[in-house]
Amino acid sequence: MSVRRLTDNQPDSFEFTPQNLAWLEKQIAKYPDGRQASAVVPALWQAQKQNNYWLPQKAIEKVAELLDMPKIRVLEVATFYTMFNLEPVGKYYIQLCGTTPCMLCGSDDLIKVLQRRVGPQRKVTADGLFSWLEVECLGACCNAPMVQINDDFYEDLTVENFEKLLDDLAAGRTVKTGSQTGRVSSEPAGKLTSLTSLYGDGAK
Amino acid sequence: MLSDKDRIFTNLYGIGDRSLAGARQRGQWDNTKALLALGRDKIIDEVKASGLRGRGGAGFSTGMKWSFMPKEIDPQRPHYLVINADESEPGTCKDREIMRNDPHTLVEGALIASFAMGAHACYIYVRGEFIAEREALQRAVDEAYEAQLIGKDNVHGYPFDLYVHHGAGAYICGEETALIESLEGKKGMPRLKPPFPANVGLYGCPTTVNNVESIAVVPTILRRGAAWFAGIGRPNNAGTKLFCISGHVNTPCNVEEAMSISFRELIDAHCGGVRGGWDNLLAVIPGGSSVRCVPAHEIVDCPMDFDSLAKLGSGLGTAAVIVMDKSTDIIRAIARLSYFYKHESCGQCTPCREGTGWMWRVMQRMVEGRAQKKEIDMLFDVSKQIEGHTICALGDAAAWPVQGLIQHFRPVIEQRIDQYTANPHSDPVREAAE
Repeated sequence: MSVRRLTDNQPDSFEFTPQNLAWLEKQIAKYPDGRQASAVVPALWQAQKQNNYWLPQKAIEKVAELLDMPKIRVLEVATFYTMFNLEPVGKYYIQLCGTTPCMLCGSDDLIKVLQRRVGPQRKVTADGLFSWLEVECLGACCNAPMVQINDDFYEDLTVENFEKLLDDLAAGRTVKTGSQTGRVSSEPAGKLTSLTSLYGDGAK
Repeated sequence: MLSDKDRIFTNLYGIGDRSLAGARQRGQWDNTKALLALGRDKIIDEVKASGLRGRGGAGFSTGMKWSFMPKEIDPQRPHYLVINADESEPGTCKDREIMRNDPHTLVEGALIASFAMGAHACYIYVRGEFIAEREALQRAVDEAYEAQLIGKDNVHGYPFDLYVHHGAGAYICGEETALIESLEGKKGMPRLKPPFPANVGLYGCPTTVNNVESIAVVPTILRRGAAWFAGIGRPNNAGTKLFCISGHVNTPCNVEEAMSISFRELIDAHCGGVRGGWDNLLAVIPGGSSVRCVPAHEIVDCPMDFDSLAKLGSGLGTAAVIVMDKSTDIIRAIARLSYFYKHESCGQCTPCREGTGWMWRVMQRMVEGRAQKKEIDMLFDVSKQIEGHTICALGDAAAWPVQGLIQHFRPVIEQRIDQYTANPHSDPVREAAE
């Protein structure tokens, strides 16, 4: 378990945009009548995305109101699921996978890069660009080590290409998501060893 | 080695066309109506006969699980199929590739499996972090709706709705009853069983929860016949399997291989061998973080299947093979897993909530060697008190890696303790009270 509490500095109000309200209506329609509570995780996630990737108390209350749920039930959900950020994060919110498969492949070195460039975990840099957190397995173990920055995965990282990635993000350049060494997905680097009768021996 | 013609996931790497048109070219959605025409009982019998064992880790017969659903459908309590795509087990990354690269195998499988269980609605619960994968899957679902392959009024004549749902970063939601709780909009805390989901599941209705891979292989099994699938691998361990090989191999990858392939062949054929050669292999975690690690000499020629690995005191789990060479600090590798379980415990049962944290703190000291040798036995003993004393299997999953470490690498732990005590360190020297 991890201790998760709401931050002290809370905005005074939160309203969904009309687009997001319409989106939420469609989500609720996925579930049987009277089961609108099922949409609570997608609703909170959309609220978080609308609010610069963090979830204020007013948004939690708003979701409770829209889904006709007691506030405490929604607060429980918001504090239970670790993808809900309960405090502000940087414009580029870096989640670094540090679980064993990534650790074996060098996530320790990436942690050092982040400590040097961004600082301690959960602290947003002065320019508001970056903050980072070590998280548990993100499920891209064949492409370890990897990080998730906002919605996207960046895989097959080394100290060099990770530093370049951070440089590019800081400078506002477009970056390539997925593998940073040119793999399509999780095929073996270099030559294919299976499915060659369909695609030949090279992915690249 | 499995030949390409026996591979089910023909676009596993996303090199080919991921759209419906591409999927059709690869043979998916080919006369699905004829498969449904087999009828509910025949489909379940075929899946049973194929020997398909659940791909989510437990390895329970998929056909058997389906047959637990009530035969008569109570109109007040509709049946549901829920597909578990909350892939969070450290080392595992296979369902991700199915969802983003070969999603139509899953969409078609969802229709067939739902039909076999009398379900007209199916939810796919995708882990929250898989945002691109969720979108890719949603695109495939939209395509299928548009082509009237699924939907209330579709060409197969069986009304069926498929919804993509997502979580928000809780490992425990991969446990089937926690997943149902989460899908109902609550914290993901596992339920006591019985009642089993087949009787009281989602919204109190009969529900079956299956792993992505278990569902996605079904259309091909039905097309090619149960005997084809059952003919691959050793008895009771049938079929093809996606292996996720990570860690210290030259080319880590996902690959679909025959069940019961030997560890050595798997690594040599697809991963370019162990980093630094076979002599450099230290240990392997063969089935995702929850199973016990196996030292090199025991695993090199072991068939990679449920029964063979169970004989080694480990398990196939999700077939997430984490390879560790001799540069690995094995104590730290397992201690990191202890931290994982401490972080992911839902906090419902005391042995797990308190025990995972306790084990992690002791493991952390063991990494430094700042412990006493008698604590090794104490740690083993406590892990045994967690195992089997919790509602769900997370307690067991947290205990097993630690037990595996102690069983196989006790001398390493003792050596670390000796090193620590032999060297001058900053711990204050305790003086006897006067």
